[in-house]
Amino acid sequence: MTDAAYEIKLDVFEGPLDLLLYLIKKNEVDIYDIPIALITRQYMKYIDLMKSLDLDLAGEYLVLAATLTHIKSRMLLPVSEEDEEEDEEDPREELVKQLLEYKAFKEAALGLDKMNILGRDVFGRDYSCDDTEKDEQPLMEIGIFELVEAFRRISRDAGQKDLMEIDIEKISLSDRINDIVDELEKRGELTFADLLGGKGNRMRLIYTFLAVLELMKLRIIKAYQAVPYGAIRICLAGR
Amino acid sequence: MDNLKAIIEALIFASEAPITVARIKGILEDIKEDEILAVINDLAREYEKRGGGITLREIAGGYQFRTDESRAPWVQKLKREKPLTLSPAAMETLAVVAYRQPVMKSEIEKVRGVDVSGSLKGLLERNFVRMMGRKNVPGRPIIYGTTVKFLETFGLNALSDLPTLREFKELEG
Repeated sequence: MTDAAYEIKLDVFEGPLDLLLYLIKKNEVDIYDIPIALITRQYMKYIDLMKSLDLDLAGEYLVLAATLTHIKSRMLLPVSEEDEEEDEEDPREELVKQLLEYKAFKEAALGLDKMNILGRDVFGRDYSCDDTEKDEQPLMEIGIFELVEAFRRISRDAGQKDLMEIDIEKISLSDRINDIVDELEKRGELTFADLLGGKGNRMRLIYTFLAVLELMKLRIIKAYQAVPYGAIRICLAGR
Repeated sequence: MDNLKAIIEALIFASEAPITVARIKGILEDIKEDEILAVINDLAREYEKRGGGITLREIAGGYQFRTDESRAPWVQKLKREKPLTLSPAAMETLAVVAYRQPVMKSEIEKVRGVDVSGSLKGLLERNFVRMMGRKNVPGRPIIYGTTVKFLETFGLNALSDLPTLREFKELEG
């Protein structure tokens, strides 16, 4: 019967630190002076329960279990005389720091949730329905395949005249990534052809393409296209 | 211009994103910025005094009309989509990013004590968090920060408007 209380709480925890905070609060103990044996015992009970319920027990819970056990064993060890002379630190100190930090952010998260959130508590004017103005060409976000297709077309157009080229321009992927981001910051929006166009150096073309793929993967840029095979427009994400 | 207040009110109303004083000045060329600001503050007071369904708020460096929060239950019914919600996990991750930015994923994980890949991905997709670049340390880890949309959504004018993080007492001894 007593286990019912555990079951209800199980999926409510946001992680091992959250569980630990809950135990500290439930036992009404001082966070600066945690009775480690008691808390460890209760924590383990939860872990066992999670295991018995076949819940997908995240590794982090076990890491903290190990930390708690370690602290408990360190506290059981008699303090040797040399250690006593030195300013022996409390084995719990690190954990307490971590708990307090987590607690502060947990409270901050609750604070954020209490704010007047747009789309929940407050509303602005709704602009989504003024599509009369936007019906020129609705843009759709595109993925890798459209990019690859566009790259194929452009690289074909770039031709193969560099058979004899010897002094290869030294470029690195990270340089191209930085260049593209700089360019986008300056100009706001570029087309894929802008980026790949210009000097038809194959090496540069390939690096540019890889850079665009990488930036898309990292969600630093977004690519849009109005119609299939249309110009691909690229802009910075998060704007 | 006698009707300055009416013009500014119309501009704020018609602007899709929060409109800045600089933008208004760009339109009303010969009016000084502090004059515009004074008119806006005057307008905001009028709306507040009226106690109606609309308020004028300072958001993300600009100004925007928003419905009053006490009318939320009715406006929510008007809107078809579900009101915006973030899970507690996402909220915690967002809080760490907001207060600690620029921040690495590993730093968020250290604070929260869990893997944050899922919640971070969700926040990136919803455009509350963005990648600000890479940190110049071995491995060049990505650093994250909040977006303008974050400010707009949480009704903040700037990051400095975030409520202060409750300082945690330094350990004695």
